[in-house]
Amino acid sequence: MGVNIVVCIKQTFDTEAKIVLDNNGQIDPNGVNMIINPYDEFAIEEGIRLKEKFGGEVTVVSLGGSRTQEALRTALAMGADKAILVSDAALDRVDEWTVAEVLTKVVSGLAYDLILAGRIAIDDGSSQVAVRLAENLGIPSVSSVLKIEVNEGEATVMREIDGGTELIAVNLPCLLTAQKGLNEPRYPSVAGIMKAKKKELKSLTLQDLNMNAEDLVAKMQIARYSLPTPRQGGRKVPGDAAAAARELARLLREEAKVL
Amino acid sequence: MIFDLTEDHLMMRKMVRDFAEKECRAGAEERDETEEFPREIWNKLAELGLAGISFPEEYGGVGADYIAYAIAVEELSRVDASVGVTLSAHASLCVNPIYKFGTEAQKTKFLPPLCTGEKIGAFGLTEPLAGSDASGTRTTVVRDGDGYIINGSKIFITNAKEADTYVITAQMDRNKGNKGISAFILEKGMPGFTFGKKEKKMGIRSSATYELVFDNVRVPKENLLGEEGQGFKIAMVTLDYGRIGIAAQALGIAQGAYEAALKYAKERVQFGQPIAKFQINQFKLADMATQIEAARLLVYQACYYADQHRPVGKYSAMAKMFASDIAMWVTTEAVQMFGGYGYTREYPVERMMRDAKITQIYEGTNEIQRVVISGNILKE
Amino acid sequence: MAKAIWIFVEQRKGQIRKVSLELLSQGRKIATEVGEPLVAVIVGHGLETLARDIAGYGADKVIMVDDAKFAEYSTGPFTSALNQLIRQEEPQAVLFGNTAIGKDLAPRLAQRLGVGLASDCTDMLVDHESFLAFKRPIYAGKAFAHVKTNVRPVLATIRPNTFPLATPDLGRDAEVVRANPSIDASDLKAIVKEVVIAASKRPELTEANIIVSGGRGMKGPENYAILEELADVLGAAVGASRAAVDAGWREHKYQVGQTGKTVSPNLYIACGISGAIQHLAGMGSSKVIVAINKDPEANIFNVADYGIVGDLFEVVPLLTQECRKLVQD
Repeated sequence: MGVNIVVCIKQTFDTEAKIVLDNNGQIDPNGVNMIINPYDEFAIEEGIRLKEKFGGEVTVVSLGGSRTQEALRTALAMGADKAILVSDAALDRVDEWTVAEVLTKVVSGLAYDLILAGRIAIDDGSSQVAVRLAENLGIPSVSSVLKIEVNEGEATVMREIDGGTELIAVNLPCLLTAQKGLNEPRYPSVAGIMKAKKKELKSLTLQDLNMNAEDLVAKMQIARYSLPTPRQGGRKVPGDAAAAARELARLLREEAKVL
Repeated sequence: MIFDLTEDHLMMRKMVRDFAEKECRAGAEERDETEEFPREIWNKLAELGLAGISFPEEYGGVGADYIAYAIAVEELSRVDASVGVTLSAHASLCVNPIYKFGTEAQKTKFLPPLCTGEKIGAFGLTEPLAGSDASGTRTTVVRDGDGYIINGSKIFITNAKEADTYVITAQMDRNKGNKGISAFILEKGMPGFTFGKKEKKMGIRSSATYELVFDNVRVPKENLLGEEGQGFKIAMVTLDYGRIGIAAQALGIAQGAYEAALKYAKERVQFGQPIAKFQINQFKLADMATQIEAARLLVYQACYYADQHRPVGKYSAMAKMFASDIAMWVTTEAVQMFGGYGYTREYPVERMMRDAKITQIYEGTNEIQRVVISGNILKE
Repeated sequence: MAKAIWIFVEQRKGQIRKVSLELLSQGRKIATEVGEPLVAVIVGHGLETLARDIAGYGADKVIMVDDAKFAEYSTGPFTSALNQLIRQEEPQAVLFGNTAIGKDLAPRLAQRLGVGLASDCTDMLVDHESFLAFKRPIYAGKAFAHVKTNVRPVLATIRPNTFPLATPDLGRDAEVVRANPSIDASDLKAIVKEVVIAASKRPELTEANIIVSGGRGMKGPENYAILEELADVLGAAVGASRAAVDAGWREHKYQVGQTGKTVSPNLYIACGISGAIQHLAGMGSSKVIVAINKDPEANIFNVADYGIVGDLFEVVPLLTQECRKLVQD
């Protein structure tokens, strides 16, 4: 029987990356270490666990450039079965709507019971694409899940909300976005790494999907990027513990006016 | 000549690095202080297939190559050299000789649990009176019925007491010199086989180092490894390959210390600027980086020869000697870069310096490495 | 009312969330600036008493969807309801708080409407071409993207604590319109079975004005008691760095940082936290940062407005005492 799972992932800058703007005011990707978006790792891990439990297949899908193949191969090394990469020069300037449109085209051609994704990408921090995808596919979505149980065409999930959790019963097929705490992603084993190169990794262009760049113009425009004004830190409150504590309290009230 | 690593190697490096960072870094200082053996870390790395990484699948290994193995040891050692040597001693000094010299029955019996990491391996060659001069083995073995009885002791044995499987050497006939030495596979729990003193060491303190004590240990004939009298050769071949592991360990230690020094130099401000701006530090970092590159190439060259089944002795000796010497130098300079802070336990470089020293000594001192290298080149 | 600015007002059990009041406050300023009405949209059950508060913060009109089927938030019904209202009334912009609900509802709604969405914005300006332009943090606040759209309605979610609360004018009136959007079976494919709210007298981390946070220097879970005491005196939330969460001392939901929560309180007190980039990513937009750490070289001091080099186990209790005196004044 099995549960067929599609996992949408994204390759992002490493969390340690320093962000610099190039001469054109664009984010400079040179010398940056790329990783699988950490939240997507929870999604990949959960997909593999469900496959191990119920049987079925896990397909990972991503939009990106040639470097994105590393991310997909790592997912295959962890235990995913197939990978699809959509790579096209026309997809250089995209917004969440565009990405969702392209993913919809790819995913609607696949058999799935469940779609998983990370709840947010640590680069754009938008937290939109997966939910938009669910809307396009006409399936229910639950975001920020901490626990997933699958049973006979239905999933019971625990969702994180502000200050608490909810228990939600949702029909399959559905889309769930993963929150940290859902699981502990496995390291790809050596055997997994060696098997990954034998697994299918398809690379598609917009043309392969019968899509036109003109129909995919982003709804949001980025007028410019900026860097934060560096904080002027470094001021130390002198004195022993008692004197410093007293002075700090005073400064916070009278100078900073936050107490 | 291709100088790039394959995609598999790169993925492996990333995996082991992530593993080392997440699993080994946080507790490294504490384990160094308490000398606690990293058993849980071992179990986790075994799950990932690292215990049998370069051994064939038919024996429970993963069938990767020597470069993959060197990368694994390097990346673990970059964070915690004790974990690195635990893997290296296990794989190179115990699994490898059984794989190379064992009968089919021995391989089928002993290799699978070792390759899956369920059991840990160790190698007992060194004795109080037989260090560099390994042929001076005083541990004795006599035939007894169709088995053997072993008496004696071994010293400075890595993974001792934690390991389940031991490849050891014993002298059957002193008149034959080296040709009288035989190798045996022993298992923890065999009557008469006990462990003696735990060594309190300068570095790699959470690596288990104990004496092995043999008091009339009866060993069945099925546990003779290779032929009678082949033991010395087995030991030498084992060390030829084992040096690759130590070279990789030293390389990892150097890499870890270098990265720490580089990061610190960029952050530490003195005289109004980061100390990385001072030419003396820039030159030191340049030298560190260059030495490490050179060491890495020597390690991979030795791996290449091993993978090609070409004679490896000269290259593994070169790699081990060079990598360990540069590791000692790099870690010492790293402590220097950190200044007073480098001397304290707050920062990892003093541990790395203490860890590096042994790589110049074990699996053949660097003096012996020169004996091996010159022996090779004078024959050419 | 075409061209109106809509604020989605979030409430739970009769309590309007602070971020919605912040949006009404800022929305009021913008509405006045552009000369268009400010409309509040509130969806739930048992909402009658809330209209007055909403009016007080500046709404000209309140669209109230009050029905048992909306008693608990659920993606399907809420998306449908708002979609219907928006298509009918054609506002120019719809703003949400970047809360758990906002993050879930806004993108689904945006896709249904076929429009863009600016998420987690930390600033908003009137723009003559695109009506509103937004500034939003990317790479966990290491950079900002300035975004706009030519498509209508303009949708955005705004980070809590971005805009100040206005002083409410309780004498203000707003027109209250009751709406009755329908939902169908497709909206009910996900059913909320149970809601568990952690009983905490502390403010929620992402909304708190003051946060007291502990890291590796805390040395153990039991020591957080001293931070909790300070937090009690200040009415603050208690956060943790990743080191503390990974060590098992605090739950992940209290983690501040790149892979935890992003907070921008007025005051962030970092105790025994070294200040790794990933942690700064989560609290770097705090108005005032205080650092207490025994390591004078700790990176956190580079971003702290005030720092004390010392043993937090000595300093924090003394600080608690001093703050208690201040609060009692």
